[in-house]
Amino acid sequence: MSSMTPNKGKEQPGLRYPSNGKTIYHRPLNRSKTSELSQASFAYLFSEMVQYASKRIESIQDLEKRLNTQGHPIGLKLLDLLLHREPARTQTRPLTIITLLHLIKQQLWTHLFGRAADGLEKSSDPARPDEYMIIDNEPLVNRYISVPRDMSQLNCAAFVAGIIEGVCDGSAFPARVTAHSVGKQQAAPAADGGEDGGEGKEMWPGRTVFLVKFAPEVLERESFLGKG
Amino acid sequence: MSSGPCRKAGLGWSNWKKKPELRRAGETSVENGLPKWAVIALLIINKAGGLIYNRTFGEGLNQLNSNDYLVLAGTFHGVHAITARLNPLREHQAAHFYAQQQQQQYSASGSLGGASSSGGGGGGGGGQGGPLPSRPEPPSGLEVMETENFRLQCFNTQTGTKFLLFTDTMQANVDVAMRKVYELYADYVMKNPFYQLEMPVRCDMFDRKLNSYIREINNSR
Repeated sequence: MSSMTPNKGKEQPGLRYPSNGKTIYHRPLNRSKTSELSQASFAYLFSEMVQYASKRIESIQDLEKRLNTQGHPIGLKLLDLLLHREPARTQTRPLTIITLLHLIKQQLWTHLFGRAADGLEKSSDPARPDEYMIIDNEPLVNRYISVPRDMSQLNCAAFVAGIIEGVCDGSAFPARVTAHSVGKQQAAPAADGGEDGGEGKEMWPGRTVFLVKFAPEVLERESFLGKG
Repeated sequence: MSSGPCRKAGLGWSNWKKKPELRRAGETSVENGLPKWAVIALLIINKAGGLIYNRTFGEGLNQLNSNDYLVLAGTFHGVHAITARLNPLREHQAAHFYAQQQQQQYSASGSLGGASSSGGGGGGGGGQGGPLPSRPEPPSGLEVMETENFRLQCFNTQTGTKFLLFTDTMQANVDVAMRKVYELYADYVMKNPFYQLEMPVRCDMFDRKLNSYIREINNSR
C-alpha cells in the first residue's frame, strides 16, 4: 500500500489526494446541515484575501472590483449546488426577479451564513425600477474587519456582492451588484454601547446594503412575461 | 533591584504590604475617594517595547502626554525584561543542579533522575546521559504590581506582546478580564486585514467591543 501511494502521486502531479482516497468530489452533495466551518479560519482566510486584493490597487473601487471578481465564480457554482439541493418539486431555475431574489435571500444566505438576509427591498425611486436592495445587518465577512478612516467608502462585503452577481448572471439575469455601508460609522466609540439606539443605524454599525442593478434587457423580458 | 515589586519571584513585597499600618492607610485612601471605575486603563506594548494601544476608561482621570505614554511603555518593557531574569531562587537551583551534575560526572555512576526532577525550573543545560531534561517554563517576569491607588496586571503573550491592565486594588477576577481583552484583540485586531503587525492599533471594532465590555465590568460594581 505504501508503495502504491507515491506512484499515484506521480501520475497526476499537482493534485494531492487525501490518504483515504476520498476527495471533495466523493462527498454527497446533499450534506448541508453538518458542513459548518470554523469562523476563525474563515476570518483569517478572508483577511488574507483582502490583503491580496489590496496589493497595487489604484483606488477603492479597484479593490472592490477585485473582491467582486473573487466572489463571482463562487456564485456561478453555488447556483447549481443550491438548486440541486432543493426538493425535487421546486428544483427549477428562478424565472422572475422576485423568485431569484428570494432564492438569494433565503437559500444562498442560509447556505453561506447560516441565516436568511435581514431585508429585501425594491428601490422606491420610480426613475430606477431596475434596482433592488438586499440588506444584511451584520455581514459575516465583515465581522472582524475595521475599515481605516482613509478608506471609509470601502466595504469588504463586495466579495459577497460578487457571489450575488454570480448567482444572477448564472440564472440569466445579468446584473451589477455593489455593497454599501449604511450603518453610522463616525459615532461608533462614543455613542454606541449600553444605550439602545432604537434606530437600525445605531444598532447595526455594520449594516450593509447590496444594491442589485439589473440589466435593461432583464426588465424588458420581465415586462413581457408579466403580460403573458 | 532584587526587592523589586515582582510577586512571581517570591520576594518580600507582599509581606511588606501586609504591615498593618500601611494597609490601613491604603484602605482609607480608597474609601475616601472611591472611584466609580474598576478597570482604569489598558496599554498594549508590542514585542519591541513600543506602545501600540492606549486607552483609559472612565472620566476624570489625569492623562499623561503622548510622549510620556511612550516612555512609560518603553520603561515597563525594560523593567519587565529585567524582572524576567531576576530570580535568585532559580539561579540557586541552577547552580545546585550543575554542582550535582559535575559530581556525578566525576563519580561516573547513577543517573540524573533526582537532580532533574527537583530542579524543575533549572537552567537550559540538560544532562546528556540521563532522562530527558524537562524544559522549564520560560520566566514570566513582572506579572502584578500593587500600589495604594491601583493594581497593574501584566499579561505577556506567547509572541511577546504585553497587555497592561490598570484596575483599582479591590477589583476581583482581573485574569478573566485580561483573557477577554486578549480574546477581543485576537479577534478584532489580528483578524483585521488592515492591521499591520507591530503597528499602533486603530480598529474601530476593537475600540467598540472593548468599550462595551469594560463598561459592563465597571457598571456591575
